Order: sequence, then structure tokens, then C-alpha cells
Amino acid sequence: MTAVADDVELVRAPKEVRRARILGFVYIGLAVVIYFGFALGTEGDVTFRLGDTPGEIDLTVSAGGLAIFTSVVFAFLGGVQLTKGFGKKTNVILALALALLAFAFLGWAAAGKSLSLVGMLETTVAAATPICFGALSGVMCERVGVINIGIEGMLLTGAFMGAVMGSIVSPIFGLVAAALAGGILALALAVLAIKYRVDQIIAGVVITIFALGLTSFLSAQLLVENASEYNNPGVLGPIKIPLLGDIPVIGRIFFDQNIFIYVMYLLVIAMTYGLFRTRWGLRSRSVGEHPKAADTLGINVYRTRYVNVMLGGLIAGFGGAYFTLGSVGAFNENMTAGRGFIGLAAMIFGRWHPVGALGAALVFGFADSLQVKLAILDTGIPSEFLLMAPYLVTIVVVAGVVGQARPPAADGQPYIKE
Amino acid sequence: MTVAPRDPKPQRSAFWERVAPDKIDYRSLVLIPLLAVLTALIIGAVFIILTSGLGSVWPAYKALFTGAFVGWASISETMLAATPLILAGLSVAIGFKAGLFNIGAEGQMTIGGLTAVLVGFSVTGLPWIIHLPLAIIAGILGGMAWGFIPGLLRAKTGAHEVIVTIMLNFVAFRILDYVLKLPGIVKEGRFDPISKDVLDSARLPKILTWLPVENAERMRLHLGFFLALLVAWFVYWLLYKSTIGFEFRTVGSNPNAAKYGGIGVGATIILVMSIAGGLAGMAGANETLGVLGNGQPGFSAQKGFDAIALALLGRSHPLGVVVSAILFGALRVGGRAMQVQADVGVDLIIIIQALIIVFIAAPELVSSIWRVKGGEETGQLTRGWGT
Repeated sequence: MTAVADDVELVRAPKEVRRARILGFVYIGLAVVIYFGFALGTEGDVTFRLGDTPGEIDLTVSAGGLAIFTSVVFAFLGGVQLTKGFGKKTNVILALALALLAFAFLGWAAAGKSLSLVGMLETTVAAATPICFGALSGVMCERVGVINIGIEGMLLTGAFMGAVMGSIVSPIFGLVAAALAGGILALALAVLAIKYRVDQIIAGVVITIFALGLTSFLSAQLLVENASEYNNPGVLGPIKIPLLGDIPVIGRIFFDQNIFIYVMYLLVIAMTYGLFRTRWGLRSRSVGEHPKAADTLGINVYRTRYVNVMLGGLIAGFGGAYFTLGSVGAFNENMTAGRGFIGLAAMIFGRWHPVGALGAALVFGFADSLQVKLAILDTGIPSEFLLMAPYLVTIVVVAGVVGQARPPAADGQPYIKE
Repeated sequence: MTVAPRDPKPQRSAFWERVAPDKIDYRSLVLIPLLAVLTALIIGAVFIILTSGLGSVWPAYKALFTGAFVGWASISETMLAATPLILAGLSVAIGFKAGLFNIGAEGQMTIGGLTAVLVGFSVTGLPWIIHLPLAIIAGILGGMAWGFIPGLLRAKTGAHEVIVTIMLNFVAFRILDYVLKLPGIVKEGRFDPISKDVLDSARLPKILTWLPVENAERMRLHLGFFLALLVAWFVYWLLYKSTIGFEFRTVGSNPNAAKYGGIGVGATIILVMSIAGGLAGMAGANETLGVLGNGQPGFSAQKGFDAIALALLGRSHPLGVVVSAILFGALRVGGRAMQVQADVGVDLIIIIQALIIVFIAAPELVSSIWRVKGGEETGQLTRGWGT
């Protein structure tokens, strides 16, 4: 038995070992930075408000103590990472560690003051929602072997259609129209990628450029002059779930939100069950891993790919409507600002799994809300650097974990039936 | 049995063989791109009909054409607009040749343009023959740094260059906004983010102001256009006549073969992305030292994205890139005239460009619409997440 275990050790690629080692040193380096940067010389307590009003539920900790605790945790994690590693849990641990780091940082920034944690977590969920829809769309497409870089364009078109149809007919109709618009773009992607075997990354980029041009053109031609008529859909208000919504702290963050957040939960659950517990999911995954084998077993590779890519488009289009119907209430040119691409990074960080995608989206959402919070706290860090945070986190995440996560084997490869 | 020789081709003079070699597949290099542009324009017309009515199509396209090509001033503007597109297009093209997709030309332009401006106004007392090259080199180096990062991450960690370059674009825009507001950089007496003016000794000189026509002093075409042509020739030499270029293309067409052939794939990726960044950085320097004369937010104006479309249209060949860049420059300049004269939004140009890429990338689509033969598949130009 031990011999087998040794073999497994030998099979482990040296590149992975090196990566794990680098991550370990990063942890220890961060521990040092946290200790000297945030722990030494930081005085005063920070109060995290968990209730609606100050004093309702408060959590007061020493900012310096929090930083020392964080530093110790990072040193410990670095040690574990260097000796035996975390295996499959690496990403989860990393995400939790980064969250702790964020709190230590917040404590340092807000030492002596109090800040509303609930408000911040609400912003996190709000910022994570479109990213999560984008990531789920990516999971849907890539599990059948089609890379979808057009998510950004689908989100943007969804936002546009949501605003226009939401203004002309009704917000609910706007949601449907947004999803359909995403589906149509996905059909274009599917035809290019599956039928014409166009390089999938180029096809996706084209979709994004086309969507940017189309929405900007139509918005300049139609929306600017008749804004009240065509670009005034109103925002879908929060729906409180009875009982669950009354739970302190968690209730407000997770169960007193608008329809997008609930659809997102349902999608994560449905996709996890669907992909890993149903016949459809097994077939989809087999098409993404080994289309030839799937074809031999009588699975229609082309149809499976078409169906899943279009489902992915519906998801992205619906998620795009969040920008107009769920938060801003009106369409602006290029308002998605790269969220679709961040969604792709979330998909990779979440290891092509719906639950992972949600978790990763929350990490990016947290980076977004942290940025907003720090701007308000006025730490002296220029706002431009704070605005970079979500993009930098994306780069770090993609660079740090992409080599560990394994994409579906046939991802990005066109299939030619013999 | 001997195989009968095929009919010998008629002898052609050495001159014509050089100008239009027989081995070129004219269908896929000339006919399909032309049809792709034509089809995109026709679909663009549909968008005009849907938004402004049938009557607007002719005035819009007439303005598009005359605004771009009729008159010295239009030609000067078209070539001016083509200049950064040539350089940024070469940046994307060289990436494609090595199997890398540089969507970051926009950000590399931003950083390169910024570093060029900084050298352009802060270094004083130099004659232009030293100052101008210095500022351009600063731009190239700035862009190279911004291309080096995704190259390094791709080679060392496998992080896909598409995501990293897109994220670096956003980071570059923020850096530009930040730097332009710093004291010592912001223009005296201004509170909005705009840099000091580049000194005359670092400005790219205008080259058409001597023309004996009306308003010749307003011709904005500058030396950068010819520098860009020179660079295009250099990239051609690099890609097709040098060992390094051979390595680039080998890594692009078959990284495994390259590896077993003894080419350092990682080092090649880093080098390609750095050169691509440098080219885009020069495009940025070209904008700030040539047209604008200072740094201002968003000066890259989507040119880095246009570059993707025109690199595909030009089949990633330097000559194709130059021709496509002039076409796209014409679209941009004509698009402005179209907006003013026919009240059709200039964003229509983006739609047309996206459609051109679709038809170039899926030649079967064009050949089935127009019932012509041929058009080889572009096949896989980029790579997925894993490799």
C-alpha cells in the first residue's frame, strides 16, 4: 500500500511542487508584511457593526491584536503549505486567508473608528452577483468544451436589453429579453465555434467587441434622446424571504435581496445537481472531456454543445440585466467594465464548479466592496489604486491557481465528426 | 511509366514574380478579405436602415468614403489615424504568430504613451535629434514592461495572457489617471488630469504642411507614419528572415515540436509579449508625441482593440497589417464625417469591424454567401487555459 502512495508522490509534477512552495513562501512573506505593516504601532480598537444601527450588535477588537493574529495564521499556513500542502483545499484555504487579511487591513485602516460590516457584506454580495452569473455561464460552456470569452459581451447586451425592454414593457419582461439576448449571442458563438470551427477565443472576443459596438451605437442613436422613454426601467426592489430574512446579520445579507440573488442561488444548486447527479450532466461532462468517446457511445456532441452554450448565454444575459434592473437603473455605455472577464477568472478559481464559481465571485465581490469602503475611510491611498484592486486580485488569482486547476480536457478544441 | 509533366506555366518576368508571386493563394488573401469587408458594410447598412431609415444609407456611406479619401486633408487624416493602428496591429500580429493573444495593446499603448510624455517634457536642453528618439524609446520601454508582465506570468505560472492583459488594461487606465494628476506632471493652472505639453524637441514633426494647397498648415500627418512603415518592415524581417522569428513561429504553430527542437518556449513567450508590448508602446508614444502633444485620460481610444480586428484581417502578416490599418484608419476618419454629416453614430464602425473579424475568422461563411470557392480556415490561432 505504501508503495502506491510513494508512486503517487512521484507522479506529482515538479511544477506543482514548485508552485506549492512559492505559495508557502508567499504566505510567510505576507505574515511578515502584516506583522510589520499592520500590527506594529497600530493602536486603538476597531468596531465592526453587525446590526442595522450602531450599538445593536457590535464586535470590538483590538486592531493591532487582529493583525498579530492574522500574521500568526499566515505563518502557520505557510508552514503547512511548505511541508504537506492542502491538496484540493488549497483554493478554499487561500480564499479564507485572503478574507482574514482583508479584515486585518480594514482593522488597520479603521483603527479607532467603527464600520458597518453588514453594509460591506451586502455590497460584496451585490458586486459578486454579475460576476457569479458570468462564471456560471462559463462553467456551462466550458464543461462541454467550448471556451466562452464572449461573456462580457453577453452581460453588456443583457444590461442593454434589460434597460430597454424593462422601460418599454415591464422589468420582468426586461429580464426575459435580457436572457434571450444573451442566448442569441451564445448561438452566434456556438455557430462560429462548433460549425465553422473558428478559434474559440477569437470568436468570443468578436462577440464582446460586437456587443460593445452594438450597445454603444444603439444607445447613442436611441437612448440618449429618449432616456425617459427607453432607458428608465426602474430597479427591482429587494424581496424579503419570510423567516430566513429575519435571522440577524445573515438574513439581511443573503435573504433580503432582489430576484437576481435568489436566481443565482437556485442556479448554483441546480447546476451542481444537474452537472454531477443527472444523465444530462454526465453527458455534458463527457463531451467536454473526451468528445470522441462520447460520440462513440451515441451522444450527440454537436447538439450537446449547442444546447449548453446557449444555456450559458441565457445565464449571462440574465446576469447582465443585473447592471440595469438590479443596481443602476439605467444603461450606460460599456457599464460592465470587464466584469465578464473577472467572471472567467472566477470560473477558473472555482475549478469549473458552480459552488466554486460562487465562492470565487464572492472573493472578487469582496475586493470590490473593500475598495469602496477604503475610499470612504480615506486612508490616504489614492482612489485610482483602490479601483485597481479587483483587477489585481484577478491577476494574482489567475497566476496563482490556474496551473493547479485542471480545465475540461477538450476545452477550446473544435470537434470534427468522422 | 513516367508521369506526364503538368502544362508548364507561362514564363513571367522576374519583376512580376516579385510583385505578385504565383505561390500566393489570392483567394484567401485578397478575395475573401475584400468580400468580408463588403459583407460587413452591407450588414452595417441594415443597422442604419433599422435606426435611421433607408434614406440614410447612401449619405452615411458617401460621407464615410469622402471623409476618408477625398481631398488632401482627408488622406492626411486617414494616414494619421492609420499610424498607431499599424504599430498596435503589428503588436497583436506578432503575438498571433507565436500563438499568443495580446488583447493588452490598449494598456501597453497607455503606459508607453505615458512614459514617452514624461520624457518628452521633463528632459530639457537636448536637440530634437536626440530628444525625440529618446522619448520614443521611453514609450517602447514602457510598453515592453507592460507586455513583459503577462509574458512572464504565462511562461512561469500558466496564467492565460487573455485574462491578464485585459486586467492590465484596466490597471493601466487607472495608473494614467493617477499619474496625470500628480503635481509636477499636471499642466500648470489645470485641475483636470492632463499633463504638461511635450517640448517641441520631442514632437514628431508634421510632414505635409509644405503642400501648395489650401489649409496645408492644418495637415496633421507626422513623421510617425513613416516610422511605422519602417517598423512594419523590421517586423517582417524579424518574423520571416531571422532565427528569432523562426522560433516565434515554431512556438506558435507547434509548441511541443519547438520544445523538442530545443527552443526555450517560456523564454520565447516572454520575448514575444515584450516585443508586442514595445510595439504597442510605440503606438502610444506616437499618439502623445505626434497628435496630442500631451497626456490625457483615455488617449488610446480603443485603438488597441481595433488592432485585434485588423491583425486578423491582415492575416498577421506585416504587409497585411499595414493595408488593414489604412483601411481601419479610413473607417475611423470617415466614421467621424458620417456622424457629423449623416447623423449616424460613429460606433457603427465598431460593429462593422467586429463583423469583418467574424467573416475573416469563418471564411466558409463568406464563401457560402457569395458562392465563391476557397478561403482556407484560420484554424487555431490561440491556446486554451491549460497549455
